[in-house]
Amino acid sequence: MITLTINKIATTVDDGTTVAAAILNAGVKGFRTSVTGESRGPVCGMGVCFECRVTIDGVGHQRSCNIIAADGMEVVTGE
Amino acid sequence: MNKVTTDVLIIGGGPAGMSAAIAAAKSDGAAVTVADDNPRLGGQIWRAELGKTKSSEAQELIALLDQQKITIVNNASVYAHDLDSLLAETPSGKIQIEYKKLILATGARERFLPFPGWTLPNVFGAAGLQALVKGGLDVTDKRVVVAGTGPLLLVVAEYLVSKGARVVAICEQTSNKKLDRFAVGLWRTPSKIIQGISLRGKLRRVPYYRNSWVTAAYGKSELRGVTLRHFGTSADVECDMLACGFHLVPNIELAQLLGCEIVDGYAAVDEYQQTSVANVYCAGEPTSIGGVEAAIVEGKIAGFAATGQSRQADSLLRTRNKTTAFAKALDEAFELRDELKSLATSSTVVCRCEDVQYGKLISYDDFRMAKLQTRCGMGACQGRICGSAVEFLFGWKDRSVRPPIFPVKMENL
Amino acid sequence: MSYDVAIVGAGIVGAACAASLSASGLRVLVLDSNGIATGTTAAGMGHIVLMDDSEAQLALTGYSRKLWNQFADELPPEAEYEHCGTIWVAADEDEMSEVRRKHSLYAEHGSDSEVLDERSLRELEPNLREGLAGGLLVKDDSVVYQLCATTFLLDLAVRYGATIQTGSKVAKISDNGVIFRNGDVISAGVIVNAAGHAAAELSPELNIVKRKGHLAITERYPKFVSHQLIELGYLKSAHGSDRDSVAFNVQPRSTGQILLGSSRQFGIDDSGIDFDILERMTSRAFEYMPDLKMLSTVRVWTGFRPATPDNLPYIGKIDGSEKIYAACGHEGLGITTSLGTAELLTSAILGKKSPIPIEPYLPSRTITEH
Repeated sequence: MITLTINKIATTVDDGTTVAAAILNAGVKGFRTSVTGESRGPVCGMGVCFECRVTIDGVGHQRSCNIIAADGMEVVTGE
Repeated sequence: MNKVTTDVLIIGGGPAGMSAAIAAAKSDGAAVTVADDNPRLGGQIWRAELGKTKSSEAQELIALLDQQKITIVNNASVYAHDLDSLLAETPSGKIQIEYKKLILATGARERFLPFPGWTLPNVFGAAGLQALVKGGLDVTDKRVVVAGTGPLLLVVAEYLVSKGARVVAICEQTSNKKLDRFAVGLWRTPSKIIQGISLRGKLRRVPYYRNSWVTAAYGKSELRGVTLRHFGTSADVECDMLACGFHLVPNIELAQLLGCEIVDGYAAVDEYQQTSVANVYCAGEPTSIGGVEAAIVEGKIAGFAATGQSRQADSLLRTRNKTTAFAKALDEAFELRDELKSLATSSTVVCRCEDVQYGKLISYDDFRMAKLQTRCGMGACQGRICGSAVEFLFGWKDRSVRPPIFPVKMENL
Repeated sequence: MSYDVAIVGAGIVGAACAASLSASGLRVLVLDSNGIATGTTAAGMGHIVLMDDSEAQLALTGYSRKLWNQFADELPPEAEYEHCGTIWVAADEDEMSEVRRKHSLYAEHGSDSEVLDERSLRELEPNLREGLAGGLLVKDDSVVYQLCATTFLLDLAVRYGATIQTGSKVAKISDNGVIFRNGDVISAGVIVNAAGHAAAELSPELNIVKRKGHLAITERYPKFVSHQLIELGYLKSAHGSDRDSVAFNVQPRSTGQILLGSSRQFGIDDSGIDFDILERMTSRAFEYMPDLKMLSTVRVWTGFRPATPDNLPYIGKIDGSEKIYAACGHEGLGITTSLGTAELLTSAILGKKSPIPIEPYLPSRTITEH
């Protein structure tokens, strides 16, 4: 099991879970905020639509659908 | 920067890429490398579940890759090329891979069409939702509408049911007549009949509508339901998730970057899967959307051909031609209907990266001016999502491609 | 249909001239073989900047910048006009004396600027690395999305009665008129060569060469940088030695995207991306702003600046001709000096007093090569 924080809230997930799945399972629906302020979430699930972008460990614009959650990861959404 | 040299470089670790690698490795002494941008091999159709490869076909191939001591580079996003080498970004930095022969097995992505509410959270692609569930998304008891077009809809619906979701409807936009012709076409490829029947069986309690599509998704900050159209009537259906995709489009950006000839939106190849560029081959969906069986046989042919194993390549030509016939039938069966062009209203976002609305775009005659003035297609996805949409909506084609073909960290440029 | 003025080139310079000439009551035709702003204009940075490579350059950029700041309120929101200002960044004490020199020079010319020390520099731009000596803040410089500004200028011209015709290539211009490749001829009272780096093909007496540049744009990182930041070495790079050069030059767009330049290369016709010079350009930038390294870069492109031997544009009547005027050769200052060029050109064509002396930019001037 892996423990990561999403918007400072700790959540535990199975090994091999993607960050996107972890975020959705935690009940967080908005991953990023669009140019005109819309809340957006993942669509393609394979890394081409760029809607699943979140900040991980301080680095922004990371496509969470293709990143496996790791222990201690700090994820921030809504940016 | 890491510099690596190999004899045969394969981009894409899905069915086509893995098959090509194994075939190439059968030649004497050729060094083979597979680079894939996902964390695990399998591509999309054999996407690993919770990091573990579940598909038995994929497992077999991965074991063979291991045996053959084929070099695998995961999380490698190819963004540029330089003479006979490709530049890729990995989590640990930039790598340059020099090759003698290159096989492109870059697969396909879903086509998305805009409709009111399609940008709401919990509106996913069809294959998109499946990919997320494979990545660990829990869909137990979630009410899901599966919509769009293509054989993927049934595959996705069945998978979601197996994961505990309540698929409340499957809406296929294609007309009855065409589906029947497609069903007849299935007879020519025995393994696919079995696939088809069992899918319908598991989904026998799920309402399945042909000539049906989603006209709108609604909800405040997330999806609450969708409006479905079927035979001239509309109905609102409450749901937690919408899985909506309109078949597949080939990932040809790398082929374009390398200067390969593109015909009708696909990489043109000869019978040995060779492109118009001397040492570049292409196999699987980028040559035509044909599904996993076509990808495997084309991958094998490319792997054999690229390493001079022509006898082995020849022996597969007939099998490949059969799968090509299936691909053609697929295209015809799931052609997009005109009504889908009128779903977007003036305020419907078409370019999701830059929030460019439909109303803004209709005043332009060509994609180039629209891009420069509205920034449609100039965002992070580099037009991968809106490009197929505007091609369908307006007939705009943009075949220009420039490195980086995926966004990269500036330090890797 | 006969025209008073035929302008060859629908880039920002041609567009500005069209707007100014039409507003003066002349019947204007704008021609472009491709489309609107398809050449250098589309590739540029959209920086409106005071530049003092020479007195004449300072005069023209100063005048034109004033026009832009007056014009800003008329521009539509898509033109994204930002009064963000420029900071010339000094890496060491040598460069600080250059900062102080500029500061006095600008003051003499009636332009405001402020000398920044290391601390105030980093207060304004925290992502610049520590240890830089300081800089010069030029508040009246701005940034514009030049594509939308160009279409707006052309729309203005059309409102005043101008016609725009794209798609046919102009093969020749002479006192008889504009001759297209297919043989068609359009006559006009006056012909303006605003054809950018193709200008010398039409007017061989003009000495214009292509100077290739690279730009890269990132994803959105709002507040990463607030002013256009340029290293003082930029001037050396733009001044025009023969060697390929790079200089730190970064711009915040109103979208939050960061636009990074700049590079200059000579004698290259190929518009393909040169990864070697691109790496030199980004490495230079990282020396000033290390955190740029981590920014997700979405697009890279190239453009050709039309450069003259003395880095000043050609504005005014071409020697030996009755009717042909030049408005070209703007190197990297086309957007900045487009409005000023238009006013100078209009005055010249109408025989009115020039708002600033036009002599330094006349095609007939004695050119001292740099």
